[in-house]
Amino acid sequence: MPFDIYDFTSFTKWIDTGLQNSMSPFWTIVVEMLIIGVLILTFYALIGLFLVYAERKVCAFMQNRLGPNRVGPFGIFQTIADLVKLLLVELIPIKNADKFLFNLAPFIVIIASFMAIAAIPFAKGLHAIDLNIGLFYVIAVSAMGVIGVLLAGWSSNNKYSLIGAMRSGAQIVSYELSVGLSLITVVILAGSMQLSEIVLAQADGWFIFKGHIPAFIAFIVFLVASTAETNRGPFDLAEAESELTAGYHTEYSGIKFAFFFLAEYMNMFIVASIAATVFLGGWMPFHVGHWDGFNHIMDFIPPFIWYIVKTFFVIFLMMWFKWTFPRLRIDQLLTLEWKYLLPINLVNILIMSFIVLMGWHY
Amino acid sequence: MRSIINYIKEIILGVWSLLKGMKVTGSYFFRPSTIVTQKYPDNRKELVMFERFKGEVVMPHNEKNEHKCTGCGICEINCPNGTIEVISKTVLTEDGKKKRAIDKHIYRLGMCTFCALCVKSCPFNALAFSQEFEHAIFNRALLIKVLNKPGSQLMKGVEQ
Repeated sequence: MPFDIYDFTSFTKWIDTGLQNSMSPFWTIVVEMLIIGVLILTFYALIGLFLVYAERKVCAFMQNRLGPNRVGPFGIFQTIADLVKLLLVELIPIKNADKFLFNLAPFIVIIASFMAIAAIPFAKGLHAIDLNIGLFYVIAVSAMGVIGVLLAGWSSNNKYSLIGAMRSGAQIVSYELSVGLSLITVVILAGSMQLSEIVLAQADGWFIFKGHIPAFIAFIVFLVASTAETNRGPFDLAEAESELTAGYHTEYSGIKFAFFFLAEYMNMFIVASIAATVFLGGWMPFHVGHWDGFNHIMDFIPPFIWYIVKTFFVIFLMMWFKWTFPRLRIDQLLTLEWKYLLPINLVNILIMSFIVLMGWHY
Repeated sequence: MRSIINYIKEIILGVWSLLKGMKVTGSYFFRPSTIVTQKYPDNRKELVMFERFKGEVVMPHNEKNEHKCTGCGICEINCPNGTIEVISKTVLTEDGKKKRAIDKHIYRLGMCTFCALCVKSCPFNALAFSQEFEHAIFNRALLIKVLNKPGSQLMKGVEQ
């Protein structure tokens, strides 16, 4: 392998053996979990802050505005100022709300996105858990967030929240299908659900190129369906600030609102990194056939940079969607899924299986 | 068969129209020159307001401190909010005739809605709008302005 210089496997092994020599196996696992937890939490917070800033800037540029530009150079400290404000804001208790569920809901939403991030390969060896059903795990866990959304809407004692939560439920139930099926198209091609193996299988060409047109269609379908799954515009019916004030998180304030806000952006990041891992080769560098010189230069860029660049490319696409398209009505939303995406997906899987059977992919 | 062709056509047309929309926003994103936002307090020095902007009513004077206002009071009659008050006086012309002239043309900026009826209805084009827009002050009395400058006179040849 040419990219061994950036391999983190030996580094993590070294930490593991070092810990095991100094304490019992139980404490080793506890300490390792703590280290990974702190690392992922820091990463999570930083990415969340950055994404909020990026979204505001991208949105502003697409609307011929400047966006945040007062706090710090180009407004880069704006989100940090917002975060400090959110931490200091009073938590308003809601009359007749179901206190327990009301307080539980933001944690479910944030834990769901937090669990999904653990299975994502950031670089070779930089991978918290490498399950053999990694892709399945990520889909399953990230879909759990909707329970938090439903609980939030239900327990708020507010009709707007309830309508928003119910819409979100209908949306997730239908679009989860498309997300799963479009990923299965690639699983057929890769022959594995283990994320590390999916990435390694793309060493000689990303799946979006390898799988010809079906892979490209699967990528588009995945983008549309996952945008809907993360409740982002043009599918943001669950929030729909022009009709439902803020949907399911109308009644939340302060840090609890910040949890929903952060989880929304992290879900976008997770979805984008799945798209990058599965379709765009994850941390694999960009290689073109037999251009050895070119390939060698590409190998020098660290895999983590590749991963981040690809993820942010997908995130940019999703922001582009959000700030271009008008919001869909609920019937249009369901029509799009059941009459268009689902049939296309099923035909697409058939074509992909046929291609794999005949060995037409390279 | 026809329905399948229509179905595919519909998808392609839909995607095409979405791509058209994305082209517009994308072209704005990649061309920062299209940004219209002004960084106002920072660019105060070089900020140029456009010509038809209605900042406040002024009475243009020429370099000899002469204006075109005859004191006819049409602007006062036309003003819907009573913003303008023309106080006139009588002066003796060179050939000994008595004649009306303005003593004070009072303009209350705080009551003005910038409807431009005074400027449009003035038969001598004595009034105009300036581009000045920073009107905030701490004393309300300062919003009452006298538009004719002290010692100013009617321009020759306006009344013929």
